[in-house]
Amino acid sequence: MLQPADAPPPAPTRANAGDLAYPGARRPDRFRRVDAAGVSLAVWEWGDADAPPVLFAHGGFDFAGTYDTLAPLVADAGFRVVSWDQRGHGDSSHAELYSWEADLRDALAVLDSTGARSLPVVGHSKGGALMLQLADAQPHRVSHLVNLDGLPSARSWPDVPEHHRTRMLNGELSGWLDHRRKAATKVRRPGTIEELADRRRLMNARLSQEWLRYLVPIGAFQRPDGWRWKIDPSMRMGGFGPWRPEWSMARLPSLGMPVLCVLGLEPDSMGWGTLQEDIEANLPAGARFVPLEGIGHFVHIEQPEVIASLILETIG
Amino acid sequence: MTVVYLQHVNTKLALHSLRDGRGSDRALLFLHGLGERTPASVPAYLDAWAGPVWGLDFTGHGASAVPAGGGYTAEILMADVDHALAHIGEATVFGRGLGAYIALLIAGGRPGLVTGAILDDGPGLAGGGPSPTSPVAVRPVKAAAEQGADPITPDGYALVELGRDVRPADYATLYVRQALQFSGLDGPISVVGVVRPPWLTAVAEETGVVSSTLPEALARYAQIERVEPPQV
Repeated sequence: MLQPADAPPPAPTRANAGDLAYPGARRPDRFRRVDAAGVSLAVWEWGDADAPPVLFAHGGFDFAGTYDTLAPLVADAGFRVVSWDQRGHGDSSHAELYSWEADLRDALAVLDSTGARSLPVVGHSKGGALMLQLADAQPHRVSHLVNLDGLPSARSWPDVPEHHRTRMLNGELSGWLDHRRKAATKVRRPGTIEELADRRRLMNARLSQEWLRYLVPIGAFQRPDGWRWKIDPSMRMGGFGPWRPEWSMARLPSLGMPVLCVLGLEPDSMGWGTLQEDIEANLPAGARFVPLEGIGHFVHIEQPEVIASLILETIG
Repeated sequence: MTVVYLQHVNTKLALHSLRDGRGSDRALLFLHGLGERTPASVPAYLDAWAGPVWGLDFTGHGASAVPAGGGYTAEILMADVDHALAHIGEATVFGRGLGAYIALLIAGGRPGLVTGAILDDGPGLAGGGPSPTSPVAVRPVKAAAEQGADPITPDGYALVELGRDVRPADYATLYVRQALQFSGLDGPISVVGVVRPPWLTAVAEETGVVSSTLPEALARYAQIERVEPPQV
């Protein structure tokens, strides 16, 4: 569905950011919309509109604004950084359906909108795994691939006895179906900026409260009763399905373009728990792998300068 | 035939009442195959069913709404069926092709509401096979006849995505074990079709799965006195 009439106004761009500030952060220079087969995607750009484009894909339950510290560093090095809020996230419309295949098509719609036939792509977490699949499915559209902590590892998942697994799945299935029955009328809980930052801390335990507060006026909207995160309330963490992590990792060895894989080694609640040796065993010829000590899953938020340097060394 | 429209989050589902019961309260829910829709009347092969007969049009099919930009998964269709069960109550579920796979999922997902799932041949039975193939990013192009103000069913995205979704054998058998452990039924799944893609071969070999003719399966589930399923 296209953006409904009662949708909140989009997050500010650089020109109207007002006193929204965080050290090193800069809001995008431009905002536009892309119609992806009826789903309205919010597209954000940093840097000179005529500079060569590079596509940034955010992680699950994030939005393009989480690149506000990394993207300006890449833009200032002479690139036009193009990112988008994935369907149901940020200022993109809440879709009827969500799936990996749909996210992949949405990414292609944004890629098409840049006018480039081929360009470097950067993705974090889910966005990294998505860009990996894009590079495998459409290698003629991807000149370079940068994967930021977005390589799920098969061995990192808990091994539980069969009867436990059956009982766990029973709870997951009925819980998810119950959620679907109620989700039509579900709205997110309102709160103050501080309260929304506190809630986000559950997913971003290693990130500063100042950063989490900075994200609220971007990823949330204000009504008289308070702020609410914009993300579609029908979306739910976790879940189940036939997908298994090794399917994503198995796409890595096939890639023929320059590849950079970055892994944060500190355990993190939203991380995959990926093992270094799993990545090393699947790296394509010539690919660069950089494991980072002392950094968690959100490598680009914890160390934007380090990550920008690595990206520029790869795509520059 | 009367139609009830159900709201499944942001989409509208058409649930068809095909026939009232003829001496039994045990409902039968018909699930069509990929690209199909609920038939206009009770098919002859289900005529022996004495209870009420319902049919659900999956999202993007028949009289159900067409979502923007696809995003179909088998699990979402399972939730479509759960919305139908919320309206009908406990039912025996009969599925053709894609509907057979979804019947298996809902038998495992709502073991207390599904009194037997009957899995038959039909379009979309195999899905995308047991493991991923080369990835594609297909964007369906609508034929000229389908380009109008009103979306036409079936949705091209549904045909592409639900014809390619991966159906690993060990994923399908998880749902058999759910049905067996939590339904309180001896044989909660019946396979009556001929074609056996890998997921269905594995399902048919599981404890609690009966391979039989369709009339046998209908007769067996029709006479089950449902006892309270074990508390989870």
